[in-house]
Amino acid sequence: MAAPQTLFDKIWNSHLVAVQDDGINLLYIDRHLLHEVLSPQAFEGLRMARRPVRRPGATLAVADHNVPTTDRTLGIEDPESRLQVETLSINCKEFGVPLFDMLDPRQGIVHVIGPEQGFTLPGTTLVCCDSHTATHGAFGALAFGIGTSEGEHVLATQTLRTSRPKNMRISVEGKLSAGCTGKDLILAIIGKIGTAGGTGHIVEYAGQAISDLSMEGRMTVSNMTIEAGARAGLCAPDEKTYAYLEGRPMAPTGAQWNQAVAFWRTLKSDPGAVYDKEVTLAAADIAPQVTWGTSPEDVVSIDGAVPNPADAGTEAKRAAMQRALDYMGLQPGTPMTDIPIDNVFIGSCTNSRLEDLRAAAAIVEGKKVAAHVEAMVSPGSTIIKRQAEEEGLDRIFTAAGFEWRESGCSMCLGMNPDRVAPEKRCASTSNRNFEGRQGRDARTHLVSPAMAAAAALAGRLADVRELE
Amino acid sequence: MEKFNQLNGVAAPLDMINVDTDQIIPKLHLRTIKRTGLGKVVFEELRFNTDGSEKPEFVLNREPYRNAKILVAGDNFGCGSSREHAPWALLDFGIRCIISTSFADIFYNNCFKNGILPIIVSKEELDALMGDAGDTDNPELTIDLEAQTIRRPNGPIVSFTIDEFRRECLLEGLDDIGLTMQKVDKIGEFEVEQRQSQPWLYNQG
Repeated sequence: MAAPQTLFDKIWNSHLVAVQDDGINLLYIDRHLLHEVLSPQAFEGLRMARRPVRRPGATLAVADHNVPTTDRTLGIEDPESRLQVETLSINCKEFGVPLFDMLDPRQGIVHVIGPEQGFTLPGTTLVCCDSHTATHGAFGALAFGIGTSEGEHVLATQTLRTSRPKNMRISVEGKLSAGCTGKDLILAIIGKIGTAGGTGHIVEYAGQAISDLSMEGRMTVSNMTIEAGARAGLCAPDEKTYAYLEGRPMAPTGAQWNQAVAFWRTLKSDPGAVYDKEVTLAAADIAPQVTWGTSPEDVVSIDGAVPNPADAGTEAKRAAMQRALDYMGLQPGTPMTDIPIDNVFIGSCTNSRLEDLRAAAAIVEGKKVAAHVEAMVSPGSTIIKRQAEEEGLDRIFTAAGFEWRESGCSMCLGMNPDRVAPEKRCASTSNRNFEGRQGRDARTHLVSPAMAAAAALAGRLADVRELE
Repeated sequence: MEKFNQLNGVAAPLDMINVDTDQIIPKLHLRTIKRTGLGKVVFEELRFNTDGSEKPEFVLNREPYRNAKILVAGDNFGCGSSREHAPWALLDFGIRCIISTSFADIFYNNCFKNGILPIIVSKEELDALMGDAGDTDNPELTIDLEAQTIRRPNGPIVSFTIDEFRRECLLEGLDDIGLTMQKVDKIGEFEVEQRQSQPWLYNQG
């Protein structure tokens, strides 16, 4: 009788092409997503070695990092950005890879459009040269980020040479409290286990609080798994997963749909499966979260205060905390709700889907963004933008004083012109608050969409539970 | 990929934990379509002011570290974004070996694809090596991948472990894709079988 397997074990084992004596596995890759920033050198490598793409039909490319979120029919002003986006188009044409270019009505952030199109499917291995590939784990896909050289290897061979990670389970029991979302949940998890807490592991999320989340909520949680060091974060698929996928353009249909769902129902960890690490949290203990520092692990509840480096456990940690406070221009002991902000960004592969936009719109409807704040919304895809406009969300945002933009990675990392100015402070629904992330010397506070909306109205970090 | 066997060179101390790949190579430099040329902007925001002048206190701006071949760094080096531009930039600067107590997974893999040797040591060993690197009169270390040792100017040799396959590939400068193509028949067999059991995965080809 075979030993009980985790969901990760099942997907990994069923995708092994070969195992070497030294433990390096050759893993088959079912789905490969590409964007314009980290793919040029991969295609160039193929070209120089005269190798074709092995399975163009299992590959999908989109331009998302460099594209402007203002009127795109005017083209891209920055010559390097323009070259990168054009290079993707040239490469995809030459190698026969399907592409959503900048003006395609299906264009969006790569980790939004994959599920949206039904390209992401349960039980598959899915890679992309981008660490937030973890997002697709919400569908019970083994999805993780890879480097460009590995991307070239996948294009050429449809496989990856990789060592096998360990299993980690993060169980979240009970129900999230009012005002708390998947974003608060994952921030709390990262705060608890640290930015390297999952290194070397694949995470499986379990527990009622996870299964209570919608697919969009699960995508947020899976997305930020990499910020805890684990490359992938899986949620076992269930009826919500199948309902989300049914009817999507690239999802199976008819008899194949029934066959697929029957298979997907087997995708769960066996009772008695063993994990190398286990972490549990109580959802009810979590309050709306906000980061104070320059690592996603630098997080507190909104009703908390900036911590004191003197309380750090090690000298290295104390030095890192002090450095973060100096960069962020914050003093220990400052209540988080006392911190004024200059910018608000609602967008990114973490939180830019329709439910995120609805949640933020519900907060700002009929109210005004604080006079000194610049606020913008960039929907995760052109399809989401259109759906939001059909619901009138765009008018709610613009009436409140937000800019309503096109879809792209935008201010998450400011490769396009959407950047935060030096020493300006941004309440952002994105995933990283590193030094310089949103712009040189820019200061980022990571929050949920509702919390970003609350901050926009208050002109400072604010507790969404205390709004009228 | 250039072979890696022995490396003798200046080791620069970077006594910071959680150095992320945004710090190693900021996003505006991700617009390149090449792998080379990024050495002059590695650690850009730690190294240069906005007007382009050097920050004199940053280690790579000081002698003798301008020609460093080895970096000694704090825990969880290379965390964050998967950008392979981080090891490309380090390599282009001249760094061929990084020593730390731990590395983020994606960055660790990316190093091997580019002929950079990441070495994991204990906290005590890291403290000793950080001290060696901090001695500006004699900051050289000798890395021997064959023997799996770090020879220090004063003090006992540090031995390190490394995955056998990765060690071989670095020593021989082997190309991953060429190695895998030797198994192309097995890949084909896998696809035939998978097409039977999960035909929906092949609808687009």
